[in-house]
Amino acid sequence: MKKIKYFFEDFGGYLLLMKEVFRWPQNMHIFKRKLLFEIQTLGIDSILIVFLVSVFVGAAVVIQLLINLENPIYPDWIYGYASRKTMMLEFSPTIISLILAGKCASKIASELGTQKITEQIDALEVMGVNTASYLILPKIIACMITFPLLIVMSIFISIVGGGIGALSVGTLSMSAYIDGLRLEYTNMDLIFAIVKVFVYSIIISSVASYRGYTLKGGSVEVGIQSTKAVVQSCIIIMIFDLIITNLFM
Amino acid sequence: MIKVENVSKYFGEKKVLDNINAEFEEGKCNLIIGKSGSGKTVLMKCLVSLYTPDEGYIHFDDRILRHLNKKEKVNLRKDIGMLFQGGALFDSMNIEENVMFPIRMFQRDEIKKMKSRVEFCLERVNLKGINKYYPSELSGGMQKRVAIARAIATQPKYLFCDEPNSGLDPQTSIVIDQLIKEITHEYNITTIVNTHDMNSVMEIGENINYIHQGKLWWKGNSENVLNTDNKELNDFIFCSALTKKLKQNNI
Repeated sequence: MKKIKYFFEDFGGYLLLMKEVFRWPQNMHIFKRKLLFEIQTLGIDSILIVFLVSVFVGAAVVIQLLINLENPIYPDWIYGYASRKTMMLEFSPTIISLILAGKCASKIASELGTQKITEQIDALEVMGVNTASYLILPKIIACMITFPLLIVMSIFISIVGGGIGALSVGTLSMSAYIDGLRLEYTNMDLIFAIVKVFVYSIIISSVASYRGYTLKGGSVEVGIQSTKAVVQSCIIIMIFDLIITNLFM
Repeated sequence: MIKVENVSKYFGEKKVLDNINAEFEEGKCNLIIGKSGSGKTVLMKCLVSLYTPDEGYIHFDDRILRHLNKKEKVNLRKDIGMLFQGGALFDSMNIEENVMFPIRMFQRDEIKKMKSRVEFCLERVNLKGINKYYPSELSGGMQKRVAIARAIATQPKYLFCDEPNSGLDPQTSIVIDQLIKEITHEYNITTIVNTHDMNSVMEIGENINYIHQGKLWWKGNSENVLNTDNKELNDFIFCSALTKKLKQNNI
């Protein structure tokens, strides 16, 4: 019963915070500077991890397909086709988002939490700054801009990684793999992936911001709330994965 | 002038401020003193509207805090400067950006004008040539002085200092106290200092309010604080072996 009460308290607090966040910035010049900074730290700094995970998982998926679907009745294009569908529909949008949740949610929650316990947020508040909007809005918008771009990059890299995997096994020609990639391609798959990531980016940035911004206590609590931010973001992403997939398919 | 009228604050069932009435005068260093947990920080947070009192009114000259809407509250806050216990400098910004932040946020001045204001404020707190340093590169005393510079950057009418000497050595504490006193007199600011440091009380206490168990227990100044017959205040002031001895020997 208590947990249900906490859930509704948390959810209500989250909605109230978001109401404060989505307000017009008090100073557009400062907002733009802060947005560029967040694009750098949340988006550009995540390129390496997204690149590495995408290339290796892309290669691993194609190798697994080649090993497990080794049967003369399957046409050669099936491997490229299946890997493209896997990468575009689930791996890149969902799994990469979970990785971004691990990286960015903990960063956002611990950064805001530390600002809270060192009274930096109080100092801003006393100056008359709308702290929720000043601190959180650039983070949310930076995630909304950069995460879909990272995911498009991830799709491309994972498909290239798949090609490297196919070459390393040696049983599938590159032309057959590319034929499979091009077979029945529609832009809907890409749009679907982008819509998913767009929703996930809001979840990751807003849930983590809520956890950090509402933190009470000391340094131990910063760790606890950072962990909560990652776990809750991941759970909500999985729930929304199911909902969006059901809506689109 | 800031006037506190019948202010009470509860945390759950616990009454942390009990019907406080006080006046903080313009151009003077007004002190709130008391033991840890007596409610002085809660009172200060009520004054700067980080907390909302459950009962009572706070008057900032002709403005009543409770009656202000959001926009009016933001405008009032532009008249407030605050020095936090730990300095609360923004660690992602260098010193110049820290001091410039409140000016840049609310005043549409040219960058040259803002920079000259920053220079002036840093010079006023006796810090020069540290503009490009980051807060983590400075000592505790320097961080406090930068925080004072930031607090006065927008030429506030009200200055709040929450335990400005905590964590500082006695000599640096005196420097900070003197600085607060000079700035208060120079710019005719209503300054409220929250402290339990007796050196500060004697150095800058022009109007002292002693809070005990959430109640305003005693009012006075640095001249009569040592001669009071108020038991709780005497226990608070003369708690150390040194001060006890001085009192016994009538020094």
